[in-house]
Amino acid sequence: MNEALWALGRGTGVVALVVFTLSIVLGILSRSGRPVAGLGRFGLNEVHRTAALTGVGLIAVHVGSLFLDPYAQLHLVDAVVPFLGSFRPLWQGLGTLAVDLLAVVTVVSLLRRWVGPRIFRAVHWLTYALWPVAMLHALGNGTDAWSLWMDTVAVLCTGAVAAAVTWRLLPSYAERGRSRIARVVTR
Amino acid sequence: MRIHVDWTRCDGHGACAELLPELLTTDDWGFPLVTGDERDPQVTVSLAGHARRAVKACPLQALRLVD
Repeated sequence: MNEALWALGRGTGVVALVVFTLSIVLGILSRSGRPVAGLGRFGLNEVHRTAALTGVGLIAVHVGSLFLDPYAQLHLVDAVVPFLGSFRPLWQGLGTLAVDLLAVVTVVSLLRRWVGPRIFRAVHWLTYALWPVAMLHALGNGTDAWSLWMDTVAVLCTGAVAAAVTWRLLPSYAERGRSRIARVVTR
Repeated sequence: MRIHVDWTRCDGHGACAELLPELLTTDDWGFPLVTGDERDPQVTVSLAGHARRAVKACPLQALRLVD
């Protein structure tokens, strides 16, 4: 039973990292205003949202299962206040911090209709902090950090986010107008 | 019920026109264009659900349903 809880806790954590990676990459793509072949414009936003909410569900199981796990020795306060844990407090604290950030982003996003686009967007910037914190927590706290499969997942995810963020910072990111102007001119 | 585009928010992502082709299409730049003559087109009862979904899908919350 304890083995099962431990496996569930690790597994949901890793899969959550993967779906959050997907969500952040699709979010950056969506923000650029470009369509993705096969998904359409509304589909891109839906997958972004669904991936993020799937991650929230996985994190709920991740945290929940590790509470019941005797090795992790989590106390209720560790779910909210970072850096108080007994097992690798720094790395576990980063996980708690990520949960806090995730809670804020999720609640505000679900209340988007009421908070308006300005607050929604401001709070959404937190995901750029949330993702690296979660990744550090996975590598520092996870017991699979030196296994090949975990490192492969970590490298692929980091590569995807780094590429998306780099593109986001390039001037060409905002230049949707280039192709549009060309279309008008050639008519 | 009518559908209204807030042009101060709209950036031409085009999700609304995909979900509500009965009322909206897009111009060459991806911005929504009302297919009929009205500025804020009337949403019929049969289209109300689709209109609500289009409002929800707008990434910039630029689409609104007004009375």
